[in-house]
Amino acid sequence: MSVVAEGRATGGPGGAAAPLLGLRGISKHFGAVRALNHVDLDVPAGQITALVGDNGAGKSTLIKAISGIWAPTSGTMTWDGQPVEIHSPKEADRLGIATVYQDLALCDNLDIVQNMFLGHEDLSHRLLDETRMELTAKQTLADLSVTTVQSVRQLVGSLSGGQRQSVAVARAVMRDARLVIMDEPTAALGVSQTAQVLDLIKTLGARGIAVIVISHNLNDVFEVADRLAVLYLGRLVSSGPIADYDRQRAVELITTGRSAGDPPRAADLEG
Amino acid sequence: MSLDEDQSGPVSARPQTSDVPGTASAEPDTDTEVDPTFEVPELSGSLGGYVRSLGKKVRSGESGVLPVLGGLILLAVIFQVQDSVFLSAGNLVNLLVQGSVFVLLGMAEIWVLVLGEIDLSVGYVAGIGATITAILSTTHGLPWWVAILGGIATTAAIGALMGTIVIRLRLPSFIVTLAGLLGWEGVLLYLVNANGTGGTIRITDNVLLDLANGNMSVAAGWIVMVAAVAVFGLVTVLRDRHRRVSGLVAPPPAITALKVAVMAAAGVVLVLVCNTNRGVLIPVQGVPYVVVLVLGILTVWTFLLGRTRFGRYLYAIGNNAEAARRAGISLGWNKLWAFVLTGLTAGIAGIVYASRLGSISNNIDGGTLVLYAVASAVIGGASLFGGRGKMIYALLGGLVIATIYNGMGLLGLAASYQYMVTALVLLAAVTIDSLARRGRTDA
Repeated sequence: MSVVAEGRATGGPGGAAAPLLGLRGISKHFGAVRALNHVDLDVPAGQITALVGDNGAGKSTLIKAISGIWAPTSGTMTWDGQPVEIHSPKEADRLGIATVYQDLALCDNLDIVQNMFLGHEDLSHRLLDETRMELTAKQTLADLSVTTVQSVRQLVGSLSGGQRQSVAVARAVMRDARLVIMDEPTAALGVSQTAQVLDLIKTLGARGIAVIVISHNLNDVFEVADRLAVLYLGRLVSSGPIADYDRQRAVELITTGRSAGDPPRAADLEG
Repeated sequence: MSLDEDQSGPVSARPQTSDVPGTASAEPDTDTEVDPTFEVPELSGSLGGYVRSLGKKVRSGESGVLPVLGGLILLAVIFQVQDSVFLSAGNLVNLLVQGSVFVLLGMAEIWVLVLGEIDLSVGYVAGIGATITAILSTTHGLPWWVAILGGIATTAAIGALMGTIVIRLRLPSFIVTLAGLLGWEGVLLYLVNANGTGGTIRITDNVLLDLANGNMSVAAGWIVMVAAVAVFGLVTVLRDRHRRVSGLVAPPPAITALKVAVMAAAGVVLVLVCNTNRGVLIPVQGVPYVVVLVLGILTVWTFLLGRTRFGRYLYAIGNNAEAARRAGISLGWNKLWAFVLTGLTAGIAGIVYASRLGSISNNIDGGTLVLYAVASAVIGGASLFGGRGKMIYALLGGLVIATIYNGMGLLGLAASYQYMVTALVLLAAVTIDSLARRGRTDA
């Protein structure tokens, strides 16, 4: 096991500086089912890591472990080089890990400002400080170059899918997230809205925020990602800079767990 | 007119960052299209822009209180044409007092409706509040304020009990409060009968009787009105100014002034009407205490629901409980407090009800009262599905019901007609709301 870990740590081309989030030997078992099997992954700050894999490969299990929904069965995590254990979404939140789930968790009957501050409203004299919240929300959206929203006081229910995604991301960023995890952010979107969300993801990376994007859409992945990580039946079969991959190789890795040009790996032999 | 010049400025100045010419109308699902409804609030920097934005808001389904206000005016015109007594000072004051119970019960219902819950028991819970107050005051001779506190503390506790059952056992509030509708009627009968005064407990305390029957002096009415308008005006002006200074979109000063002027005019009309002598044999004039009570509770509840975290969380839970939970909001506590406030407000309504009748008896029709309560809230514009509703809706809806009740009474029409007309108004309100919402989702 340790051999694998060291091999990945030194062999990972992006691992010059200490990564923001480091996963070492993360496993998650549900009874006899090994949903995750010794996953090692580095997530550097300011880079967009695309997490790909077929259904049941363990993508959701992995991000749930990172965001504190459930603890891994074994393995260690480091945050800024320090070992951490994340037991609850609150702890993840405190570290600066924000997860934007596919359903976005927005309230359609509230406006953009109200959604962005939900659960963390600014108060003055025990009453809601709407002016301050609106200014902060506007600034955050402007920082993220979200320009398609005409007013921060429109109800979220009236927004397009891409705009809703932007609001969900802006909410995470506004609360000083350092790692934003996005689950299928473009799954339900049309062409131009997808472009809008991909731009937003790039902006996050440019601002020094680490991003993990789960996606089924390889077009999106190759357009936006700096790094690729491929899960296959609970194992991380490959990870590295996006330049090391082409579409063909990515598809092979996703569907078979190996690609023709790869040398045999310790993890493959073990599995 | 200068209004027209004002309009064009902000419209053309608005940054059309993503407007792709030619695609806007052709492809409805592209986000680069600038949907007309999105322009709404940013336009409101000028008077013309404000009026236009209001019009767009209405067309996109956020009509707010306009339909019910229109309906109220329509009803008033119809009844006035049929019977010129309707708009007389005496009848209008009577209508306000009649409506106060509906309005209070409607406000009680709003707390749970916003959550997407319902309380079918508010009628009999109100009855229990009145009964406890009457027993403490009349039977035990305690001071009026002890009696009132005892009454509303009991109904708040009842709300807490039903809320706990709904939250802890995860039962539908419809069923729990349906049980309440039956059970609290039983408790009410037991309490009234056990008092041994023949199925009726009279209210004898003068303060309690004055609650719904007494009037302020002419001068006091003016003073209270001027103070209320001054506070409202100050808050409005300061808030709009704060937004303008902070560089946020704010209503233009003319609109701010107009708001305050309308409020002041309404206050003056209200006090003028109430201060007109409406007595037949002896002079009766002044603003009824119950009007001030209802407006006071309306103000406090509006603040609680609209300007505090608690209120904001109720809207969030009512629309998307899972989103609220993930945002770290305690679903249980916030829901529980909403049920407590429903019970508490119902208790106040019950005390007003008993004060008006001078007694509380075991034949109070709590079933009809709860239907009026829900109808008030829904006619005003609250949604039964949660997430939408304001306290002012209960005021307007309650006034609509009181107007029908009062107007048809004046025309000498039987209760049968009154029920049928109320039903039609309720249906009309729900239909208008549903159509407006369809407009909003299509937008």
